[in-house]
Amino acid sequence: MTPLLETRALEAFYGDFQALFGIDFTVGEGETVAIIGSNGAGKSTFLKSITGVLSNKADAIRFKNEPIGSLAANHVVRRGIAMVPEGRRLFPSLSVEENLQMGAMSKRSGHWTLETVYRLFPVLKERRYSPGTALSGGQQQMVAIGRGLMANPDLLLCDEISLGLAPIIIKDIYAAIPSITSEGTTVAVVEQDINQALAVADRVYCFQEGRVSLEGTPDTLTREQISAAYFGL
Amino acid sequence: MDWVNAIVQGIFVGGLYALFATGLSLIFGVMRLVNIAHGDLIILAAFLSLAVVDGLNIHPLVSLVIVVPVMAAFGYALQRGILNFTLGKDILPPLLVTFGLSVIIQNALLETFSADSQRLQAGAIETASIPIGQGLAIGVLPLIIFVTAIVVIGGLQFVFYQTTLGRVFRATSDDAVTARTMGIDKSHVFALAMALALAVVAIAGVLMGIRTNFDPAVGPARLLFAFEAVIMGGLGNLWGTLAGGIILGVAQAIGAQINPGWQILAGHIAFLIVLVIRPNGLFPRIQG
Amino acid sequence: MADIPAYAVSRATRSSRIGMAIGLIVLIILATAPWWAGRADLRLLIEIFYYLALAQLWNLLAGYTGLVSVGQQAFVGLGGYTLFALAAFGGVNPLAAIALAGVVAAIFALPTAFLVFRLRGAYFAIGTWVVAEVYRLGFAQVSALGGGSGMSLPADVVRSIADGRQAREWLVYWVALIIVLAAMAIVYALLRSRQGLALTAIRDSEPASESLGVNTYRTKLVIYIAVAFATGLVGALIFLQKLRISPDAAFSVNDWTAFVIFIVVIGGIGRIEGPIIGVIVFFVLRELFVDFGAWYLMLLGAVAVVIMLLAPRGLWGLLTDRWDIQLFPVRRALVVKETKDSG
Repeated sequence: MTPLLETRALEAFYGDFQALFGIDFTVGEGETVAIIGSNGAGKSTFLKSITGVLSNKADAIRFKNEPIGSLAANHVVRRGIAMVPEGRRLFPSLSVEENLQMGAMSKRSGHWTLETVYRLFPVLKERRYSPGTALSGGQQQMVAIGRGLMANPDLLLCDEISLGLAPIIIKDIYAAIPSITSEGTTVAVVEQDINQALAVADRVYCFQEGRVSLEGTPDTLTREQISAAYFGL
Repeated sequence: MDWVNAIVQGIFVGGLYALFATGLSLIFGVMRLVNIAHGDLIILAAFLSLAVVDGLNIHPLVSLVIVVPVMAAFGYALQRGILNFTLGKDILPPLLVTFGLSVIIQNALLETFSADSQRLQAGAIETASIPIGQGLAIGVLPLIIFVTAIVVIGGLQFVFYQTTLGRVFRATSDDAVTARTMGIDKSHVFALAMALALAVVAIAGVLMGIRTNFDPAVGPARLLFAFEAVIMGGLGNLWGTLAGGIILGVAQAIGAQINPGWQILAGHIAFLIVLVIRPNGLFPRIQG
Repeated sequence: MADIPAYAVSRATRSSRIGMAIGLIVLIILATAPWWAGRADLRLLIEIFYYLALAQLWNLLAGYTGLVSVGQQAFVGLGGYTLFALAAFGGVNPLAAIALAGVVAAIFALPTAFLVFRLRGAYFAIGTWVVAEVYRLGFAQVSALGGGSGMSLPADVVRSIADGRQAREWLVYWVALIIVLAAMAIVYALLRSRQGLALTAIRDSEPASESLGVNTYRTKLVIYIAVAFATGLVGALIFLQKLRISPDAAFSVNDWTAFVIFIVVIGGIGRIEGPIIGVIVFFVLRELFVDFGAWYLMLLGAVAVVIMLLAPRGLWGLLTDRWDIQLFPVRRALVVKETKDSG
């Protein structure tokens, strides 16, 4: 399997505070990877580093075998990495459709257009002219995912997409992931919900205190191993 | 009849104040920057037009073809070269830097054009008027200014709510970090907003220069008029800004009718009264 | 029994003690200036004093309280006009009128605050300017005070200050020195007090300090009015020296606010030392380039812009980055006194 994204000895800092310590991480093309870990384990920081919101050494992050660690966020997305941010972060002054259109600002073409996103999440078409923030939590999450897809990314990073949603809605959201990967987009999800992560992922990374504490495929990892890696027991 | 006439004239002057105000409102809306040099930039545009008119021997309104792009380009460069570096949580850096800019522009104009009062010569339209009966007449120039204000505000409204650029402005203003992960370069977007604002400032400056005398020191007063129209109309509401400009114009006209020395004072007092009774302006934007 | 070190909260540092000694020497030199300096030098020193006082006051307002006002010329002008009105028409001794000018400025500050405190941040700034313009245009309408062209202090009033020109100039000089020292002492004392802590808290985070029980509105109001009072005093002093007042001069935004802000920013905002450095730079630049007229003001504006962009904490900030010095310590530090036997 060809690696799509690789990080080698990735570190991240907030001022003097070190949040990530030498993360080695790989996602292969077409693979779905989950990153689990408790609050403060460094999962979101890791995604921010990849997307260029936090800057890094150029060689620490390689995408399609090119160094991208020092690129600014607005250039990273043009290379083909899109993010569904934690807390959805829809633009409150924009309608649903305008929020989706913002996702296409990186001007990459491909399968995903307004039409195909509406096909994936039909409810969004009904609410297309509503302000994005007037929607229910689950629908807002659909807008956020759709907005990420509009960039036609090779890699879609989803940060805590189940956070604060009812179980039935989480199921709906996760049901969309196979349709996304089948169009050739590789997906990495950050999850606190271990069961959800194990159900969707081909491979799992567990983060703890800024380090990778466990790595493997869902069928080979035992509950005990995961608990130990997750909680540091 | 004098009173009715004064109020009608005041309404038309309000169009000019709305033009002053839209640039200020636009910049604040997109990047939360309050530009103290705004008034001086209006005067700069008027002087630029004066130089173009003198140099090329053309009509001041024709000079817009040059003044508008030059001011827009200046706005872009100013934002990218200086003002972008002042934006942040602290309000002092943008305030101080634009204050410095204000002093620099005033004195550069003083050095180049002297302190003499100037006027853009626009020929017949300066005095032409349309009688509407019963001793009332509407000046052609005030009418042009008022219609221009409506067209400019309508145009900005269209840009903001119907175009990709406007969508990017609103999104960046909402959440610049997230917009950046969609490929938006904040510095460029803010510079475009400043360019657009100074294009409007250029139009306002040339129309003002045809209507009244100006000299290098009158910029700050224009800033205050713009500010008052923005606050009275309600922050972030462009049509409200037109209403704010009209209230200011009418208040000044009434003040001047009572006593010529009270013209400007009456405008300020109207603003303070609105501030007391409606601190969020008369037409605050309803958050969706 | 173990030795327990005794702790004490201290603000004094070695550099502050040295600073105190230097300050005392400078003070003696300045107090004796009338005997060694020429007339022009005295005039310049008075100007330096009132700019330093205005800068300290603006620094207290903006740098410590977060009230970025660009309308302080309102209180300079009110102070100046009060002096002229009381001295010319009320028969009040001009020196006594200086004190009353502060009171009048403070009284006007109350309704002003009521209006401008409705605006936030940069809008507060421009709001204060609008109010100052209202005062300027208002005074231009008062024909008894000379309307738009202003008035001179009547000759008999001028003579009542002191016997002879020299005595008058000396007296004004000493009054100016006392006012600037008092302004600095008050700012310094305030910052060392509990109120000073509250101020720093408000500047750093208004919601957080409110949750800790700091009444931010009242604290801000008190500071705003106190600064208006002192600015009024300085305004009266300025026009007592100039002997002539007009609305445009009294309520000039460039003279009494823009230059003052430049001084504070160049020197270093939020530090008592900042305005001292800034006022020195301001007057050195002015003495060097004043013949260049408009170019000098462009240079001044450019220097302020460049410093704000490259060294936002001003020249004093650059110095303290390199050396840990503090002439006016307001920070508190825990120091260990000699250990003593607790047994």
